[in-house]
Amino acid sequence: MIELGILQSIKMAIRSIKSNKLRAFLTMLGIIIGVSSVIVLISIARGSTANVTSQINNLGTNLLTVNTFGTDKVKLTDDTIEKFKKIQTIKAVSPAVSGRVTLKRDRTTAQVSLTGTTSDYQDVRNMKVAAGRFLSDLDVEYRQKIAVLGSTTAQTFFGWENPIGQHIQVDGTSFKIVGVLTSKGGSMGQSGDDVIILPLSTAQRVLKDTAIQTVYLQGKSGMNMDFVMAEVQMAMKRMFPNGTDEYSVFNQQDLMNTMSSVTNTMTMMLGGIAGISLLVGGIGIMNIMLVSVSERTKEIGIRKAIGAKRRHILLQFLIEAIVLSSLGGIIGILVGIGVGNILGKTMSLTVSYSSSVILMSFMFSLLVGIIFGVFPANKASKLNPIQALRFE
Amino acid sequence: MDHPIIEIKNITKTYRLGGEDVHALDDVSITIQKGEFIAIIGPSGSGKSTLMNMIGCLDQPDSGQYFLDGEEMVRMNDNGLASVRNKKIGFIFQNFNLLPKLTAWENVELPLVYSGLPTKERRKMAYDSLNKVGLGERANHLPTQLSGGQQQRVAIARALVGNPPILLADEPTGALDSKTSKEILDILRELNSQEHTIILITHDMEIAKNAGRMISIQDGKLIMDEGDRIGNSAINQNGHKEYQKQ
Repeated sequence: MIELGILQSIKMAIRSIKSNKLRAFLTMLGIIIGVSSVIVLISIARGSTANVTSQINNLGTNLLTVNTFGTDKVKLTDDTIEKFKKIQTIKAVSPAVSGRVTLKRDRTTAQVSLTGTTSDYQDVRNMKVAAGRFLSDLDVEYRQKIAVLGSTTAQTFFGWENPIGQHIQVDGTSFKIVGVLTSKGGSMGQSGDDVIILPLSTAQRVLKDTAIQTVYLQGKSGMNMDFVMAEVQMAMKRMFPNGTDEYSVFNQQDLMNTMSSVTNTMTMMLGGIAGISLLVGGIGIMNIMLVSVSERTKEIGIRKAIGAKRRHILLQFLIEAIVLSSLGGIIGILVGIGVGNILGKTMSLTVSYSSSVILMSFMFSLLVGIIFGVFPANKASKLNPIQALRFE
Repeated sequence: MDHPIIEIKNITKTYRLGGEDVHALDDVSITIQKGEFIAIIGPSGSGKSTLMNMIGCLDQPDSGQYFLDGEEMVRMNDNGLASVRNKKIGFIFQNFNLLPKLTAWENVELPLVYSGLPTKERRKMAYDSLNKVGLGERANHLPTQLSGGQQQRVAIARALVGNPPILLADEPTGALDSKTSKEILDILRELNSQEHTIILITHDMEIAKNAGRMISIQDGKLIMDEGDRIGNSAINQNGHKEYQKQ
């Protein structure tokens, strides 16, 4: 055990740091900038990852999408839909047609994207109804002229009015509005709220096209989506043996994995760059500690003459370096959180702090202090007391 | 008295200076008994500083033997020497060598910090030591707030605090005026009367006269060693003359 109490050494270190505040601050600056930039950059990267992930999740959970490219070889029909429904691992199937239509009410006109689909669409695509109801199976069966509006569409045409029960012209045909969706926010350049949803049968009539371009499939919860996807691909192959290039099966999870691997790489890169600045900060500490050792040669001589052992001197300078770097680390954490908050507010970024990142950057600054403190401390401890005492 | 406090036998120390060998100490032998007040005098470059460093365990001889309080010092490692300095020797330097950022109290406490005493005990011993040199009220002053004489008294308190058997004073009055010099020497004599062994290194004959025994060194060789062994501060006039002749 070290005879000289650690607490005593820390007190001594703080005192010697206090005696030259400006220098201490400049020394710590490297660490402060390093730690705070690690925290800010990683928090912003994590925030945007969380953002993207939640947007992808909003599209639907356990979602598979089958897209056709509208050729004769591959035509999705009610028959195909029925076959999908028979797959064990599939929970719900929702065919969809889509196109762009012009909506008109009084003097307001707007182009929105139209989706014609069935009642399962609500579950499969994770839609939430803010007012009224979603499509029902009966609406599809009886070709009802009813519509569900996206939140932006409802806002455009009705403002603060209640749209439920009112009518809107879709390419010249009048539709009764039965529901309004909650806002989903945009994802990847598309607004999910600038839409109108009609029953599949009616939409086919409006678009004058009976081809189903897209089928959304929801896997049963807890299923491995890769397995479900393989089953769907097999079913498609059986139905359309010659048309494997005419459709695509797309797994939501794939998108998620791609996104998260991209953002992980980004996070690592940002963290690495910030880590380098921490390293540079450490070199700054070493520099100042070396200056401090040569300035305090006499002090070291006196301490050695009255009985300080090598390890006492080593510990004194090492602790001083560690106190400097950890103090810099703490200030850096506070600055990092502060700057992150300001950036989050002013640039409307999502900022997500992680205690493990904060802890890690602090530990790293501590480590930098130890590594870059050892060399000067060792140099100090090796000084010859006679020469050190003679030093003026 | 079972053994002398310091027993130096035939030590030599050679430095290389500009390609030339300088015999800083050449076959020097000294025996010092417990409770002696001894002055080592010699002009600058005579080797007295080297001798002091040897006695103070700051340096090791090239050859010879050194027993401090019965213990062999030669070939002891750095840590062992540090520990001996801490427990057996109190240093008093010409330019005081106090740490400027610590208060008088903290300066005096420092040797005890390195010997690992608990804080409470340390603080009390340091305060007692300061009181012994009459500076109890100035315990919380920084060295810069004290006069030269007061600073040297703080340094004496620091040397005394661990109650080491030997006090090693290197030109303790060199930076002081004659009045304060006298005060410091009075304190040293007082300490000697309390059974502290005091070794005083100086180039000044007048100062050396305070000691009971005088050792003169020149060109690394002992050229004179006299005075009665215990306590009496009278100096042999012959010794003085002999020194002057050299």
